[in-house]
Amino acid sequence: MSSTSSNQMGQLVADKHVRYILMAEKKKESFESVVMDHLRMNGAYWGLTTLDLLDKLGTVSEDEVVSWIMTCQHESGGFAGNVGHDPHILYTLSAVQILALFDKINILDVGKVSSYVAGLQNKDGSFSGDMWGEIDTRFSYIAICCLSILKTLDKINVEKAVDYIVSCKNLDGGFGCTPGAESHAGQIFCCVGALALTGSLHRVDKDLLGWWLCERQGKSGGLNGRPEKLPDVCYSWWVLSSLIMIDRVHWIDKEKLVKFILDCQDLDNGGISDRPDDAVDIFHTYFGVAGLSLLEYPGVKAIDPAYALPVDVVNRIIFTK
Amino acid sequence: MHGRPRKASKPEEEAASDAKATKLRSLQSQFMANHHDKIYTNEAIELSTKLLEINPEAYTAWNYRKLAVEDRLSRIESDQNLVKSILDEELNVVESALRQNFKSYGAWHHRKWVLSKGHSSIGNELRLLDKFQRLDSRNFHAWNYRRFVVELTNRSEQDELQYTDDMISNNFSNYSAWHNRSVLLSSLLARNADGFIPNKKIPEEYDLIHNAIFTDPDDQSGWFYHLWLLDQTVNVETPLLTSSWPSHGSSIILSGPGYLNGSSSNFTTFCSESDSFPLILYFDQAVGGVSSSTVTIDAELKGNEDLVWEPVSNKNSQISCVWVARLKYFSSKPCEYKVKVRLGNSPGIVSSRGCTFSAPYEFVFTAHVHEIVKDSQEGTVSWTDGFDIWDAQSKDLNPLVILDQLNAEMDVKWREAAILEEVKCFRLLSDSKIGKLSLARLLMAYEAMISDAAVKGIHYEEILQLYNDLMALDSSHYQYYKDAHSLVFLHKVTSSTESLSRHLFRYRDVNNLVCLRLNNLSLSRIASVEKLLFIQMLDLSHNELHSTEGLEAMQLLSCLNLSHNRIRSFSALDSLRHLKQLRVLDVSHNHIGKHSVDTTRYLCASPLSNSEWIQDDVGRQKPGMGTKYWDAYFVLRDLNLKQFNIAGNIIAGDDEFNSFVLQVVPTLVWLDGQKLGS
Ligand SMILES: [Zn+2]
Repeated sequence: MSSTSSNQMGQLVADKHVRYILMAEKKKESFESVVMDHLRMNGAYWGLTTLDLLDKLGTVSEDEVVSWIMTCQHESGGFAGNVGHDPHILYTLSAVQILALFDKINILDVGKVSSYVAGLQNKDGSFSGDMWGEIDTRFSYIAICCLSILKTLDKINVEKAVDYIVSCKNLDGGFGCTPGAESHAGQIFCCVGALALTGSLHRVDKDLLGWWLCERQGKSGGLNGRPEKLPDVCYSWWVLSSLIMIDRVHWIDKEKLVKFILDCQDLDNGGISDRPDDAVDIFHTYFGVAGLSLLEYPGVKAIDPAYALPVDVVNRIIFTK
Repeated sequence: MHGRPRKASKPEEEAASDAKATKLRSLQSQFMANHHDKIYTNEAIELSTKLLEINPEAYTAWNYRKLAVEDRLSRIESDQNLVKSILDEELNVVESALRQNFKSYGAWHHRKWVLSKGHSSIGNELRLLDKFQRLDSRNFHAWNYRRFVVELTNRSEQDELQYTDDMISNNFSNYSAWHNRSVLLSSLLARNADGFIPNKKIPEEYDLIHNAIFTDPDDQSGWFYHLWLLDQTVNVETPLLTSSWPSHGSSIILSGPGYLNGSSSNFTTFCSESDSFPLILYFDQAVGGVSSSTVTIDAELKGNEDLVWEPVSNKNSQISCVWVARLKYFSSKPCEYKVKVRLGNSPGIVSSRGCTFSAPYEFVFTAHVHEIVKDSQEGTVSWTDGFDIWDAQSKDLNPLVILDQLNAEMDVKWREAAILEEVKCFRLLSDSKIGKLSLARLLMAYEAMISDAAVKGIHYEEILQLYNDLMALDSSHYQYYKDAHSLVFLHKVTSSTESLSRHLFRYRDVNNLVCLRLNNLSLSRIASVEKLLFIQMLDLSHNELHSTEGLEAMQLLSCLNLSHNRIRSFSALDSLRHLKQLRVLDVSHNHIGKHSVDTTRYLCASPLSNSEWIQDDVGRQKPGMGTKYWDAYFVLRDLNLKQFNIAGNIIAGDDEFNSFVLQVVPTLVWLDGQKLGS
């Protein structure tokens, strides 16, 4: 992107976002953070990955984060969303991703974490989120991503896992959370991501899905998650990463999307919201910055569309012993 | 926070919020104590109810309630009334949690869990759902739950189809209802349910979807359903053979590596170092099971009894549109062979949807083995001169003649009628985006269907114009229409012998190679490859291509010019790995190394997709190289290039990369126009 066009559309106030993330961590007593208490592990992943994308991961205490993560691990090998909560695959991936950010995978008992994840695979190839048996293709992605990072994908039946995901493919080319469920951009990211990580993208109908995805961009430049819904910054990530993985991202107008994301910044206090002038939160701050990264916005590190980790972190995991 | 306005809160609001936070915090810590001590008293359970009413997302509390239910059920023997009252209580808690947050995954799953216990009140669920779905007709949790209840109660698909009718007639702008309709209808059609015959149902569905699209052409709810119907109209399930090389009735000249004396310009000449030539089969859809038992070869060529057929596709896949086998021959003395290929006589070739290739088909070609007169030289291939005009008498254009097999399987009549009806309809809507796009797609589908040579091809100009209009009308999706435009353009070029031969040449300097020049056409995408299997030299320079996807089928390619395009990375060249004959590759003046985002990173086999590892010699000896240029490594490793041009790309700027290339491609003689070692 040329510097003139980014001037016209305003700039990313990176420093303010960094401050917002560091502050949000301290505001543990607000009602919002109490409500979010159970998914603090996700919150930590969103915040820390954003900091890394902005090249500011060094501002947090690695030891503090890592030791807190380890107190969330259960005997089963799975991680909880916070101390005292039950383990769930959702938070297990976040924990593994954060450790990957800090290059600290080696402190894990990899066999144990892998067994927890592999133990959630069902006979039909699908995955449950935890021992209570909720099934969703989100969990398929999480399992595959987690085991790819740990390099233990051989612990599950990959072929069946892929077949199950393909069985959730719809006639619009998208994917739902279970067979027959409606396509949704978040779910599409999970399924396309899982297929990408298993070298199975040939099972995606790229042109059909690409058209559905690129039509998520409306007049405002923002992306929605399903037809006839409002645009939302978080879909910058779900839709963009999916479009990139199937090599159809040129079908949208990137400049307009950059502008939409930048318009959702809180220029005074930092943070990014779902739509312009809504209240900011850490979730949308992450998805906004990650979206800008996928749009090659200057000053933001490149993020990998499938692992949802910075490219340098992924390369470190994959290409070194 | 979704949909909450950004504003500084007033002091009194902040105080109220603080009080709420304190209350929730205390509920949470009391709950945690109960959970960890496994306390399931009424009082403790009541506390978790309060917590979930305020925060339905507190997943650990739902887990706790499941444990509590199991604990209570284990104490009460088989008193059905007590069981019912325990489970009813759970349903009530879920209902009030859903009132607080309709999108709570935990709450919906808890309800499913309760009902899976065999709760007697399952009949009430659809009534409750109707209430919820009236409030939010797009809530996908509710729709998913609906499918769950329908399955549990064995409600019929016809009844559910009627429900989508009701939803749609109430408000056509309901993508969720259209989606569910497509699921139900495809199931009913697939199992030939009573009254669900495609030639009757699909035209009816077209009528229904018109009402939606014509009411508000900008509303997307019906767009994808319409495209799905079109797909149902044109596509047949059973796989068919689209083309082959050599094609039926053709003659080819085979020889060892080197130059032939004045080789005939009427036939394709194929020189091989390995004394074998590819036999290519191109199907209309990806199939598996192509083998020496499903494809039989009658040939005087010895040593081809157990041919090995390989899919030309992703490593992980055993299905592909394109299959290739290598036939052996002896180049030592001149002779002539007839080869007959038969397929479909025994079952085994099966599509990914499980349909069997069943119509027997055979084709025959002649192979002449010629002697070479001199060894090959190490000269460079020039893309500027040495081209002769195409000889119109050449037999090589046989592949353009559509195989009789196409259309034979189909009941074309109702399909053609349905499409023509649609064309008529959408002409009325041709000032809107969806009107133009649908019309372009319909005309394209119609072109593929008509067999009358007199009218075939007459729609291409109109289709191209529609895409031009769309690029102007909907500039956000410019490149989508641009890609479609390229696709139609290539269909047009390959639609007749006359139009294709305008782009065909013979390359005099190397055995009269068959050369196709599609340079300078602003193509952004490759298509119609199935008609170009006989091409040996391809000039795609000065276009807007960003990937070589599709070229993998062109197994005869030995020279490829992709200079001055928009290739962004080596992984975008992944399909070239399949081209065993490729010797000359020009990718100069592209964008390799310029971008931080690689859009083809996951479309190629690599360690990232757990589908390839750096385990060979170069990978082991120079791990750093393999890491830094891994995508280049995986493509170049499989190529036996003699001439390679990469100048004018950011990646080619440094010596490290050049020395990497020399290491990975030891066969290289020319790099960026310089002869190596001189
Ligand atoms: Zn959002």
